Amino acid sequence: MPKWSGKLEKVDDYRWRIPKSYKPGMRVDGLIYADEKMLQQIIDDQAPEQVANVAFLPGIVGCSMAMPDIHWGYGFAIGGVAAMRLSDGVISPGGVGFDINCGVRIMRTNLVKEEIAPKIKTLIDAMYYAVPSGLGSKGPIKLRSGEIDEVLVKGSRWAVEKGYGRKEDLETTEENGEMKGTDPAKVSGRAKERGVPQLGTLGSGNHFLEVGVIDEIYDEKIAGAMGIERVGQVMLYVHCGSRGLGHQVADDYIKVMMQSMPKYGIEVPDRQLACVPVKSPEGQNYLAAMRCAANYAWANRQCITQWVREAFCRVMGMSEGDAGLELIYDVTHNIAKIEDHKINGKTEKLCVHRKGATRAFPAGHPDIPKQYAEAGQPILIPGDMGRMSYILAGTEKAMQETFGSTCHGAGRMKSRSAMKRHLSGRDVLAELEAKGIQIRAGSLPGLAEEAPEAYKDVGDVVRVAHGAGISKKVARTRPIAVVKG
Amino acid sequence: MKRYELIEHTADLGLKAYGKNLSEAFANAAFGMFSVIAELDAVKEVESRRVEIEEDDAESLLFEWLNSLLYYFDVETLIFKRFDILEFGEGKLRADCRGEKYDPARHRLKTGVKSATYHMLEVDKEKNRVQVIFDV
Repeated sequence: MPKWSGKLEKVDDYRWRIPKSYKPGMRVDGLIYADEKMLQQIIDDQAPEQVANVAFLPGIVGCSMAMPDIHWGYGFAIGGVAAMRLSDGVISPGGVGFDINCGVRIMRTNLVKEEIAPKIKTLIDAMYYAVPSGLGSKGPIKLRSGEIDEVLVKGSRWAVEKGYGRKEDLETTEENGEMKGTDPAKVSGRAKERGVPQLGTLGSGNHFLEVGVIDEIYDEKIAGAMGIERVGQVMLYVHCGSRGLGHQVADDYIKVMMQSMPKYGIEVPDRQLACVPVKSPEGQNYLAAMRCAANYAWANRQCITQWVREAFCRVMGMSEGDAGLELIYDVTHNIAKIEDHKINGKTEKLCVHRKGATRAFPAGHPDIPKQYAEAGQPILIPGDMGRMSYILAGTEKAMQETFGSTCHGAGRMKSRSAMKRHLSGRDVLAELEAKGIQIRAGSLPGLAEEAPEAYKDVGDVVRVAHGAGISKKVARTRPIAVVKG
Repeated sequence: MKRYELIEHTADLGLKAYGKNLSEAFANAAFGMFSVIAELDAVKEVESRRVEIEEDDAESLLFEWLNSLLYYFDVETLIFKRFDILEFGEGKLRADCRGEKYDPARHRLKTGVKSATYHMLEVDKEKNRVQVIFDV
């Protein structure tokens, strides 16, 4: 793939503009968050072109934005943020992605590394066996006929009512793990058939469970609000999404959008950007179905959370109360949401697409949990298997500039096939074990695809997000054991 | 003649598939997709499913064809390796797909494919060649 050689203007050390004069049809500028070093990686492929293409979409306000973990996706770039007016704007399933509400959560524990180190192999084995993972795996949850609809409406609450987890988990999940405005009738039978056997499974690819330890604390006050007290403290991550149900919802509605676009007189530069007016019946149906898929993903992470807790307590021989295991927060990074934002001093409802981007609401925002009212919303940025992950907090600057959004991860740099050509799964396993990281993986080739070298350095991504002020560094964790899906 | 080849894509994975005619290119695209998902050598042709698709245009037909096969993989863990196209015309495809249910003892799965996408999707009716990028 050739380097991107379009028009790019430096705004400041962390911002680069693609002026709307770059391509006729762009309604707004493109804006990429990056520093000089990261920019060189970004223009290595066609991701900036995708930022420019999203600027074509009707009703887009502000800029077509890309977070510093931007990489080439399909339609939207991964790391893309775009907000549309409700009055004349569009919604695009391509701006959410196939894995609707792919997201990550983190639990804190009362333990430090030294306490779990002697049992780390047993612990990661127990987590591996407790949570079905990998391609072709089925979940142990048996749903009554029609019960899938309850999962789609109630999300995490369905899981908690079934005994998976604690009531408090709902308070510390974005949207309380239960998006309103659902309608299971808008989710196809095929999507539900795919979803039923996969509820309570991690999936494959970049999905994972991780045992990490706090490596550094940058802001003690905010960290304290999150229950992060000291270096060495053990944290547990769960990263997964809506499985085949979400993929099918995306498939179904991309087709609906393609068929409906001519009716609304909409043309897009890439078919994967297919979209319809947010207010149209097709747009409303997609939103209702997408929210169902999002709730499925939250129910999925909630069930997995409980199995991880049980495995942890069993291996450590302690009660849940003694272990801690409180959910700090759960964020989604593939979603479209109707949110209030200030445009020219006036509050407007917008449809914010976050495709590989995380919400980053500031302290005092009404939509974040009470315990974070002064700290700001926790943001979780998983790195890759060998490197650090970061915990950030939302800022007022993000609210003003990025519709309350920031980065979501490391961002891919090298293709999966390129990784497999250069590395075997066994090489990766050996390299990580040499670094003291235990790995359990269903598939060795899959492991090579997800090798640390495939990703940008998440430290660079976070440095830009922090430097630009669209989120604030709170702490970082170092992985000591990982289950790869 | 090569049936398919993989395309590099930063985050995802794609393929180009070829054929003597377009219907063979569609069959080879499906074969290529399942070759990404699993080692097909150990997969026997013991199960069969009839797949029928109608769409407005050739691109949507390809998108729906591949995604329909992924549906069978998700719901029944069926790994297909042989695709007999019975009918192929403007916006219509009917095929018998043969393969086997995933057996962890004998089969090796490789890369999960979430979906075919419309991004860079091409159906070249002159050269009997198709191209698709997957979300993996």
